[in-house]
Amino acid sequence: MIRLLDQDRGGKWLIGSLLLAIVLVPILNSLPESSSLHIPTYSISLLGKYLTLALLAVAVDLVWGYLGILTLGHAAFFALGGYAMGMYLMRQIGDRGVYGNPDLPDFMVFLNWQELPWFWHGFDQFWLAVIMVMLVPGILAFVFGFLAFRSRVSGVYLSIITQAMTFALMLAFYRNEMGFGGNNGLTDFKDILGFSLQSDQTKIGLFIASAIALILGYLLCRAITTSRAGRAVVAVRDGESRARFMGYRVENIKLWVFTFSAVLAGVAGALYVPQVGIINPNEFSPINSIEVVVWVAVGGRATLYGAVLGAILINYAKSYFTVELPDIWLFALGGLFVLVTLLLPRGVTGLLKRKEVE
Amino acid sequence: MEIDFENEAKNYPERGQVFDFLTPEQNPALNVDKSVLLYIESLSVSFDGFKAINDLNLYIRDGELRCIIGPNGAGKTTMMDIITGKTKPDSGLAYFGQTINLLEMDEPAIAQAGIGRKFQKPTVFENLSVWENLELAMAQSRDFLSLLRAKMSVEQMMEMSEILALIGLEEQIDKPAGALSHGQKQWLEIGALLMQKPRLLLVDEPVAGMTHQEMDKTAELLRSLAGRHSVVVVEHDMEFVRNLSEGGKTVSVLHQGSVLAEGTMAQIQDDERVKQVYLGE
Repeated sequence: MIRLLDQDRGGKWLIGSLLLAIVLVPILNSLPESSSLHIPTYSISLLGKYLTLALLAVAVDLVWGYLGILTLGHAAFFALGGYAMGMYLMRQIGDRGVYGNPDLPDFMVFLNWQELPWFWHGFDQFWLAVIMVMLVPGILAFVFGFLAFRSRVSGVYLSIITQAMTFALMLAFYRNEMGFGGNNGLTDFKDILGFSLQSDQTKIGLFIASAIALILGYLLCRAITTSRAGRAVVAVRDGESRARFMGYRVENIKLWVFTFSAVLAGVAGALYVPQVGIINPNEFSPINSIEVVVWVAVGGRATLYGAVLGAILINYAKSYFTVELPDIWLFALGGLFVLVTLLLPRGVTGLLKRKEVE
Repeated sequence: MEIDFENEAKNYPERGQVFDFLTPEQNPALNVDKSVLLYIESLSVSFDGFKAINDLNLYIRDGELRCIIGPNGAGKTTMMDIITGKTKPDSGLAYFGQTINLLEMDEPAIAQAGIGRKFQKPTVFENLSVWENLELAMAQSRDFLSLLRAKMSVEQMMEMSEILALIGLEEQIDKPAGALSHGQKQWLEIGALLMQKPRLLLVDEPVAGMTHQEMDKTAELLRSLAGRHSVVVVEHDMEFVRNLSEGGKTVSVLHQGSVLAEGTMAQIQDDERVKQVYLGE
């Protein structure tokens, strides 16, 4: 594990800070509220949310930065993972819903459904939800990738198809008949694994789980990119036809990486949902996927830790500006992206690297 | 400078053993009983009505060094595209040995069967180092999961070092390939080609943009490869072809998608039709 970070200063910093946060955050939270070092619980949930978004950004960086596929639909995998977790959380509500129906989630009672649709069965089991969190985005990415890569769709066309995919899913999930709560989505969660989602301990636990997921996801991506397979991935990015003439099955390499990345995005989504308390079809909206690409671009492509940095930086700015200057937030984001593209083509981490060289 | 390569080779009888890591890996399906490695028969392909390849027949013997010359648009690159699976012909046959039908295979399958290709423009992976470029080219399982676990063995390490010495890039192993000079990139690509241990090497304009010194080195290398590998060289530079085909090696002249003449360089130069379309001498 240590060897994975051998040549990776940014990674060492990242993992070090995450481990530190895992230890420090619960301690600082337990300090009396009057203390200046006290971290309120809502900040912890916010931080945990950032970490899940950072994991999504890492997944996108693997596909865009290393494999060279500009994916504009990765939020779809994130949202699918989120929905799988949301379904589990819905089933945990039991008869504590507004309608008090022990068998059906509220929105189904509202729609006058008599029984649970077949695909909701088993979601009261945590293990099944966990499997689905990874399996559903994985299978979608596999089928999508199999068709797209085999017919050698690439570049802008592939990006547009990924947008179409997430857009189509959004429209589908808006429909009540789909059985995922329509435009309200899934919400009003009560507890996870028997722990109340409202309690501070659970929130801290989710934060720690997110930090661990980010560490593991980062190390897995790092394991791929530092292996010979990772160099083959870069080779595919830089010279697809040459890789073919060398005997590499470009489609298979793309498919493996794309699918793995989608699974990672699904896990991120599953950790995101209990911390924000809702999942609805808006998470599929194309703009979300584009935003992730912006995070990665701001942080710096093909570094992995740059993606984490970009995601946390921009989301923090977003939280800050939407409170302080709600009217100009979008302009600030747009301006930031323009500035980074013009001045920092390699993102913030590119700036740090240049400093290091000098 | 004229070097008598035949005599040079006799002076170093052990030379074959020194480079035995270059011995191509025998593909079990490959059958060269008739000592012909590549069959191309009545091959035709047209793009938008233009006949890029027109009833082309070409046989490459096992272990042969063959030069192919021809004016622009003669179909040299298209021929390579067909052999390596990039382009599918309208009609005709292309067999690797007696049994392997190239027209039924895609690029990676053909490469794995033992046909390596060097492009006209040096195409190396610019963001990867020299070492990593060779590592990827190395004859090995191309499966993603085995690549994920792959570790460099001692034999592979030695193989890499020997190739590095051969192409003269030992000092640059950690340099990104994009930072190499033009000639060095060409050499790196040739080195990468050798790492694949192909039975047949297709080399498209290997000396484009090289200095005279580098050209001589390249010619020497290509000649030393023939025998163990079959080498097909497509080239514009007549001086280089003359140098390469010394000792009665066969030269084929391509014109308008088919073979116009075939023979030694001397025979080719005397051929009236060749003079007309190409040499203009």
